[in-house]
Amino acid sequence: MQITSPAFKQSARIALKDASLQKALGNLKAGFPVKRAQAVARLPEFDALRDEARDLKNHILENLDIYLEQFESKVLQQGGHVHWCRSSDDACKTILDICQQVDAKTVTKGKSMVSEEINLNDYLEKNGVTPVETDLGEYILQLRGDHPSHIIAPAIHLNLEDVSEAFHQHHHRPKSSDPAVLMQEAREVLREQFVAADVGITGANFLVAETGSTLIVTNEGNGDLTQTLPKTHIVVTSIEKVVPTLEDMTLFLRLLARSATGQEFTVYNTLSSGPKRSDDQDGPENFHVVLVDNGRSDMLGGELQEMLRCIRCSACMNHCPVYGAVGGHSYGWVYPGPMGSVLTPQMIGIDKAALLPNASTFCGKCESVCPVRIPLPKLMRHWREKEFERHLSPKAVRYGIGGWAFFAKRPRLYRLLSQGSNLALRLLGGKKGLIHRLPLGAGWTDGRDMPAPSGKTFMQQWQAKQQVQQKQQQSPQEQQS
Amino acid sequence: MPNAERSPQVALFVTCLVDMFRPEIGFASISLLQQAGCSVEVPERQTCCGQPAFNSGDRASTQDIARQTIEAFDGYEYVVGPSGSCIGMLHHYPELFEATDPWHARAQDLKARAFEITSFLVDVLQFRGIQSEFDGSISYHDSCAGLRELGIKTQPRALLSQVAGLQLSEMDESETCCGFGGTFCVKYPDISNRMVENKTANTAASGAGTLVGGDLGCLLNMAGKLKRQGHEIQTRHVVEILAGQNDLAAIGESEVRRPATAAASPYDLAKQL
Repeated sequence: MQITSPAFKQSARIALKDASLQKALGNLKAGFPVKRAQAVARLPEFDALRDEARDLKNHILENLDIYLEQFESKVLQQGGHVHWCRSSDDACKTILDICQQVDAKTVTKGKSMVSEEINLNDYLEKNGVTPVETDLGEYILQLRGDHPSHIIAPAIHLNLEDVSEAFHQHHHRPKSSDPAVLMQEAREVLREQFVAADVGITGANFLVAETGSTLIVTNEGNGDLTQTLPKTHIVVTSIEKVVPTLEDMTLFLRLLARSATGQEFTVYNTLSSGPKRSDDQDGPENFHVVLVDNGRSDMLGGELQEMLRCIRCSACMNHCPVYGAVGGHSYGWVYPGPMGSVLTPQMIGIDKAALLPNASTFCGKCESVCPVRIPLPKLMRHWREKEFERHLSPKAVRYGIGGWAFFAKRPRLYRLLSQGSNLALRLLGGKKGLIHRLPLGAGWTDGRDMPAPSGKTFMQQWQAKQQVQQKQQQSPQEQQS
Repeated sequence: MPNAERSPQVALFVTCLVDMFRPEIGFASISLLQQAGCSVEVPERQTCCGQPAFNSGDRASTQDIARQTIEAFDGYEYVVGPSGSCIGMLHHYPELFEATDPWHARAQDLKARAFEITSFLVDVLQFRGIQSEFDGSISYHDSCAGLRELGIKTQPRALLSQVAGLQLSEMDESETCCGFGGTFCVKYPDISNRMVENKTANTAASGAGTLVGGDLGCLLNMAGKLKRQGHEIQTRHVVEILAGQNDLAAIGESEVRRPATAAASPYDLAKQL
């Protein structure tokens, strides 16, 4: 996937004017946040569960090596394979190798953001293996040559008309705008693919160390067909997804569905524990888990470690006013919204992604809804500090902040600066006290007026009053003497 | 609880925006604090809380400004300011210094003494003696830093409920950011503009004639947008209303006028047609 994060501002400007996208984003705003709030209201212990989940994730991250090795040994015991991949390239090569070993022509895929992160589809296609997305949203995007704009609702940027058009073009059937008809059409087309596929690739929401199981949660059941029907099942996932026990997993499941869609539980929760056993009626003959690192272990022990608690629920982006205004594609890579603004600089470099952690008012809504209490504004600020340290910030910001800080550290000079600015702004405001066009401040006045100061600075007025009071106190004494 | 035998000693943190744009908020704050029995001083060495540097990633400047602010407010029993955002920044100071740095302890000490004004009046002083009158309906915008960093939500409403004649008409999404965000509003003007458009639309839909909030940055942003859109809705800081400054022109206006009801605004009439 092409990285367009450096063009965030241009993309955002276009997105704000895209009527169809804005309609779709309006639907998102009216949907997930409302349903989450209702689900949370029905569970009085929700905040206590968040604390528990935060603490458990912290414990896991402190002992990540132990749980991952426990997970690996269980998978091996059950006849599966585990592949450790440091980079995206390693992961793609490993998956292609497995596909080639079984002479695979087509692979079906359940929804997996890690597969987006490593750009798996392009890699497979270039090497003669055809990936078929089976999550409805991902399938629509694949038909359109598009990519996800949201981590759990990948096609949230589209409207019904877009889907109707895409199906009409690719399925060569009469055009319909009836969601039920479109759904049936997708089922019929995908059913053939499920049966024909040589390999099924899914992600994993959690890895359970004690049982060597991987878990996927879906609302469509496509993941189950993807991992059960083909002879080979590949799970592509990342190292921070491991949890110690099945019991621990259920804690996260209770938080995940409520935070994501407002459901009490996701419709399908499917565990895979190794390949088909002799007495199993179905299941894959080969079971592979591809564990992707891709910069995550570098986050351990550092300021960004807390980001590894993320369970990919999407609550942060669902509640983010910036995401809600510009949509996920503006962010220019795989992970959008607040969680993406922390992860993307780690994965593609702060030099390319600096605009993302800056694109926040630090309103704190994301942190307030995060099921594992990740301090997202603090982590975005961490990236701003890295950007500043490496002199990557725009010169206007560096010199502007530097110049202003020079005065802020010197109270007397600061008074002179504020008095001068106050006077200048009052002159610009004229009789109406309103500035319509501010020199060097077009960012403000292009879209709104700037109220001019209502009078001299507070400090000027305060000191004048103090002087009057002092004189009043002195004059009776003078009369007495 | 403050000692009932003597008046609480309060240092007013004016904040740079109030100093520059709307000194009346500072005087209203002093008046309210005095009504509540405090003796108020204005330390001269104060400038800005340093938030622009903090949120731009300039940690060294932020530390310098924090040290200078800690010294400016040294020794006062309380530090009170008319802004959740700036007081919230003072609460961030301890994280700027290593735990072993002596400045860390001094920052912790300042944090424990620093309060946003509505929260100080309600939570610390349990003040219930608001004397002012206001003839009209208002809608309250919950500014983000005050709301989420300091838990300010009920305090301004509790005080406003004591104002004679005032009706509170809550808007949808009162807790959603107005798009100001400090330097955000000039770094990402298009997004900021969309966010403030949402806010003015929700304000207008509330039917209130006056938009009230506790942070001047947000208020300048929202007032500027309301003016550009031609709304009649007025914008005021909460302390102006609580202190009864009814002879003060609203933010972005030069003359005192009675607040109109939103339905009478030409903008809304045009929308209805």
